[in-house]
Amino acid sequence: MNAPDTPREFIAAIDQGTTSSRCIVFDRDGRIVAVDQKEHRQIFPRPGWVEHDATEIWRNVQEVTAGALAKSGITSDEVKAIGITNQRETTLLWEKATGRPVHNALVWQDTRTDQLCRELGRDTGQERFRRATGLPLASYFSGPKVRWLLDNVPGLRERAERGEILFGTMDSWVIWNLTGGPDGGQHVTDVTNASRTMLMNLHTMEWDREILAAMDVPAAVLPRIGSSAEIYGTAADGPLAGTPVASALGDQQAALFGQTCYAVGEGKSTYGTGTFLLMNTGEQPVSSYHGLLTTVGYRIGGQRPVYALEGAIAVTGALVQWMRDQMGLISTAAEIETLALSVEDNGGAYFVPAFSGLFAPYWRSDARGVIAGLTRYVTKAHLARAVLEATAWQTREIVDAMRKDSGTGLTALKVDGGMTANNLLMQNIADFLDVPVVRPMVSETTCLGAAYAAGLATGFWAGTEELRANWRRAAEWTPRMDPALRDREYRQWLKAVQRTMGWLDEES
Amino acid sequence: MARTIQSVERAAALLRLLAGGERRLGLSDIASAMGLAKATAHGLLRTLQREGFVEQDERSGKYQLGAELLRLGNSYLDVHELRARALVWTDDLARASGESAYLGVLHHGGVLLVHHVFRPDDSRQVLEIGALLPLHCTALGKVLSAYDPVAHSELAELELTAVTDRTVTDRAELEKELVRVRDRGWAGDLGGTWEGVASIAAPVFDRRRMPVGAVAVTGAVERMTVAGGAADGELSPRLIAAVRDCARSVSRDLGAGRF
Repeated sequence: MNAPDTPREFIAAIDQGTTSSRCIVFDRDGRIVAVDQKEHRQIFPRPGWVEHDATEIWRNVQEVTAGALAKSGITSDEVKAIGITNQRETTLLWEKATGRPVHNALVWQDTRTDQLCRELGRDTGQERFRRATGLPLASYFSGPKVRWLLDNVPGLRERAERGEILFGTMDSWVIWNLTGGPDGGQHVTDVTNASRTMLMNLHTMEWDREILAAMDVPAAVLPRIGSSAEIYGTAADGPLAGTPVASALGDQQAALFGQTCYAVGEGKSTYGTGTFLLMNTGEQPVSSYHGLLTTVGYRIGGQRPVYALEGAIAVTGALVQWMRDQMGLISTAAEIETLALSVEDNGGAYFVPAFSGLFAPYWRSDARGVIAGLTRYVTKAHLARAVLEATAWQTREIVDAMRKDSGTGLTALKVDGGMTANNLLMQNIADFLDVPVVRPMVSETTCLGAAYAAGLATGFWAGTEELRANWRRAAEWTPRMDPALRDREYRQWLKAVQRTMGWLDEES
Repeated sequence: MARTIQSVERAAALLRLLAGGERRLGLSDIASAMGLAKATAHGLLRTLQREGFVEQDERSGKYQLGAELLRLGNSYLDVHELRARALVWTDDLARASGESAYLGVLHHGGVLLVHHVFRPDDSRQVLEIGALLPLHCTALGKVLSAYDPVAHSELAELELTAVTDRTVTDRAELEKELVRVRDRGWAGDLGGTWEGVASIAAPVFDRRRMPVGAVAVTGAVERMTVAGGAADGELSPRLIAAVRDCARSVSRDLGAGRF
């Protein structure tokens, strides 16, 4: 609580996400003062194609910023900086002179570049650009999406080569518009977003000429690569005119930053529909031989960049939704815990939700979901246990892969996201990983991370130590599983994983 | 055997009739099946319709079971759903009060802790989810006993043991306190459960204004009470307000109207 004489000072964070745009205003203690949010349309022109209308997104960003300010009752000069976080990899090209998008944004989930990625792999395959970029050739990343647009929008390549077209991920789009658009807008991205384009060299933090040539992307469209925490410019007009725009981080990296994972070996896991686990690996990029991504965690101003390993689990909360919507075994997601707690254990059942193949660390697209170990004894309650355990074991597999790649074990796992409301799941994760699982008091870690970076860039906060001091533990789950039982159960899980592989025939 | 009420028996028979076999029935079918005059049957149907237990199909004029009856069957609020709804509010409560926050529900004659948020300092704390606390001395237990008739009847069966020197063990005195709890809308405990520990709790209601649980903060008596002045040693009004705000927010989230 602020004393009456302390100046009222705040940071506004804009989160341009996959389904909505939000603005959250934070105070000096990192507490939420106001929130505003607006969803945008998901456009599906064909199966597998996902687009966003970038003009609608920019309008929503302006609305939620004004909305959050109005709700908090604070004035624009009390906002000391604006921080940006965003859905990663989503790709947009627009006209420099008018600010008009030349096509809808291609969303990260869009798979239209599958074939193109296979062609780009040539003889080397998926790993062709791994050493330079830390990423396998896959349709998520921006580079192939830019190439697709240049190939498919009539006349675009010529205009791009003449320097009339700008490329950006959503951070660039928001910053360019905030800082004036066609009228002096800053064309910039940050290292974390750039590390997801597949066009940046992880070792030099610059656009990689060889990859640009291989993908046939003209350098003229590219933004400047800045750090994650620096003043890119000031807001040109709107409710926050004159306020410095001072941070940009991809959403998962922002959560890592908001969870104050500033030391090597500190990691966070965000449990939603899917799950993203990132671990700080320090100032050296760690190459992954176990199916993880190497990515930039953050870079504060002129300091050295901090790298991270990333592992994604495709199906976590989605499996609980599946139990609710497809199986009808529960009526709300929270009831999975009630059902699971009605029995002591999984009754011998294991559920591997490889609904669209196995992701990290296996990367087997021929795998499909399996429930193994069924007997007449097994009830829906045992399956509910198996559902929660699936999320916990998949977390364990990623943590194991991180240890193998980096040589660093996780000391504690900081968690956020909707599934942290599930006490049994959090205890399972602590038990299966054999490390404490910790939930912070501010659940909006993504926005908080963007606010923190913007506050560091403008001197609102002195340094990461002050931010660490703001971090509050809301709950901690301590491992209490018998090690012999843990090993036995893990072996059973791994056996069940083996059963999923090779289900699809090769030709399909 | 105690005297029974005929109209309630008839209403029950009518519901059974609508539940079995043919799902929709006209007024004359119902009257003849039950051996009642049409006017009597119509009176029963209209009353049940007003309560939502029976619905009339607009086109055919026939009667069927109402949606309210289905809701009655599965109306209990899942405690994990309750926790999910309470999560952000109890985080706020812990931050605003500087103390640990709890969410409790009635369970086997005690209070089951279904959610716990740590006190926001860096001290070592242990998650207490799953612990069962006594009804008669804790602030959570007193709130539940004051508002929930089921809790109150369970309390009547329990022995009022002295957990500390300050535990109220006299039943008449405890009943008087429960009346006070209802009057002011919150319950307090000053060292009646743990020596030197105070607690404040307020009730959470669902959309039908049924008490489904209670939220509380708990901390050292020294931090939880007013020092000096006329109110010396009494529970802090600021903390009481924070707990009641939290309870109201969770209730609102569950669909309870303004109160």
